[in-house]
Amino acid sequence: MTAFLEIENLSASLKRQRVRMLRSVSLSVAAGEVHGLVGESGAGKSMIGKAVLGILPAALAIDEGEIRLDGEDLLAMRPADRRRAIGAKAALIPQDPLTALNPSHCIGPQITGRLVDILGWDKRKADMRARELLAEVNIDDPDRVMASYPFELSGGMRQRVLIASAFAANPKLIVADEPTTALDVTVQKQILKLIREMQARHGTAMLFVTHDLGVVSKICQRLSVLYAGKVLEQATIAEFFADPKHAYSRALLAATPKYTDPGSSLVPVDSSVTDLVAAEIEAVDEGWRLAR
Amino acid sequence: MNLVRIIIVRLATTIVTLLGAAVIVFFVIRVVPGNPIAMMLPPGATDADIARLTALYGLDKSIPEQFVIWLTRALQGDFGTSISLRQPVMPLVLGRLPATLELSIFALVLAVMIGGTMALTGTRFRGTRTEAGIDVANGVGLSIPDFLWALVLILLFGVLVPVFYVSGRISPSLDLPFVTQFYVFESLVRLRFDLWWDLLKHMFMPALALAIPLAAIIGQLLKQSLKETMHLDYVVLARTKGYGENHVILFEALRNAVLPTLTLVGVQFTFLIGGTVIIERLFSYEGLGNMAIDAVINRDLPLIQGIVIVFALLFTVINLVVDMTYAFLNPRLRHA
Repeated sequence: MTAFLEIENLSASLKRQRVRMLRSVSLSVAAGEVHGLVGESGAGKSMIGKAVLGILPAALAIDEGEIRLDGEDLLAMRPADRRRAIGAKAALIPQDPLTALNPSHCIGPQITGRLVDILGWDKRKADMRARELLAEVNIDDPDRVMASYPFELSGGMRQRVLIASAFAANPKLIVADEPTTALDVTVQKQILKLIREMQARHGTAMLFVTHDLGVVSKICQRLSVLYAGKVLEQATIAEFFADPKHAYSRALLAATPKYTDPGSSLVPVDSSVTDLVAAEIEAVDEGWRLAR
Repeated sequence: MNLVRIIIVRLATTIVTLLGAAVIVFFVIRVVPGNPIAMMLPPGATDADIARLTALYGLDKSIPEQFVIWLTRALQGDFGTSISLRQPVMPLVLGRLPATLELSIFALVLAVMIGGTMALTGTRFRGTRTEAGIDVANGVGLSIPDFLWALVLILLFGVLVPVFYVSGRISPSLDLPFVTQFYVFESLVRLRFDLWWDLLKHMFMPALALAIPLAAIIGQLLKQSLKETMHLDYVVLARTKGYGENHVILFEALRNAVLPTLTLVGVQFTFLIGGTVIIERLFSYEGLGNMAIDAVINRDLPLIQGIVIVFALLFTVINLVVDMTYAFLNPRLRHA
């Protein structure tokens, strides 16, 4: 299988403070594969997705590494070309559907905009495509929804619209950035199922950012465990849940609440484990500082 | 809220506002020292003459009595006769209003153009020296009042590089075909671009002086609001679709960022119109503001009242227009 996304030795840091945010991250996602990025808040999982899509905050700079999307090295391109390549071949399913749609535009143009403005599609063809996609994400009345403003739709509906929009240009890669976190629990399950169905049907490679190991086990084939911007472990889902290699992964798994046993108390990640990880990271940074 | 209710509420507030303005002005200008009758008569007029003239203008009655008489007539469209100009007040005021309206609207257009450009440029080049320069310019624009800008402009474009006229509304030598007082508008309709250009050369400096402080406010506020909007999720999402910086600013962020600025511009525009009083005086521009100063100097009580009522009505109309624009830009209100 060809890898649609390959990240090699990607490092990023805060420009001013010279603090490292990503530490030599390498991973690859093949066509049709869902790769989970898990870790605590601030571990850098969203940041990898943002780096791939070219939307890192201005305060962050990529120090080194390669991001190859469908074989093309994004970081070697001119900014305008990179933008276009990302727009044509990748897409984002954002975290919060309530803030991810422009409140003053109708839904229709927000789905078709990429097709018409960036890829030069005919307006009518793009509208047809949007209608098709909205039907695919189980929206009964695509025409009405396309003419609606975001505030007229519920959170779940908006996330469906955003999923449809992400698949509009038949992307090679989709970054799903905690796509169910902001949703109501009852809606979460449906949306997750929908994302999996859409991904499978379109054969898209997907980078799935989440802190929920339960979700990972349902949707991903492989995963990377991150801590402080470093990949501690990479494994297939079966391997990981059967036999996690890294001490931190084991601690993380142990900390997952078990719905089958509601009486059990929550297990925090032991400080001896985080100390171990901190030492590992210090060793990596030592090498980085020596190299400069 | 349905439209009919909004309109009724709006009309009611307008009436209360106008009545309030009328009461305050009516009483204040009569309590303040200064006697219009004394200014009309030559020195050496007898007490009998003074009494006769005072009675003629109804100024011998008590102030509440005078107010009731004035209000009764005003409701019938008769705002009295100007003491200094000896003509009916309303035709005088309405004859001057178009000049002030044209000046204010031109100033508003300038302010929006200058302020908008500043805000967009500052956002496009945020975090660079260009933005820092724009911040400094905005600071200067804000901290110097309009009448000082007027003097600066007179010095620059009236004296050093005399490209604009420093006084009047139109060159007196021109022969004027106008039937309305909306000269700028009418010259365009009549395709008399020579007259239009002459009017513009007269209007430019007073309008710019009025516009600079407002432009600075718009520039500052809109830039702030744009910069905040640029971080919002839907703007970031638009970037991943392949849109560049310019498109993102103009088509994703601007419309949403304009809303908070718009409310303030409405309020500030009424201040700008207030500013025309001094600016028109400085440039001898024959508008309502200039007339207001003369009326106050001459203690021309009926004229002052008429001018204040028209200004108050104008401000209410502006607020209404702002609210309507707001509703037009915000789909949530438009469809409610």
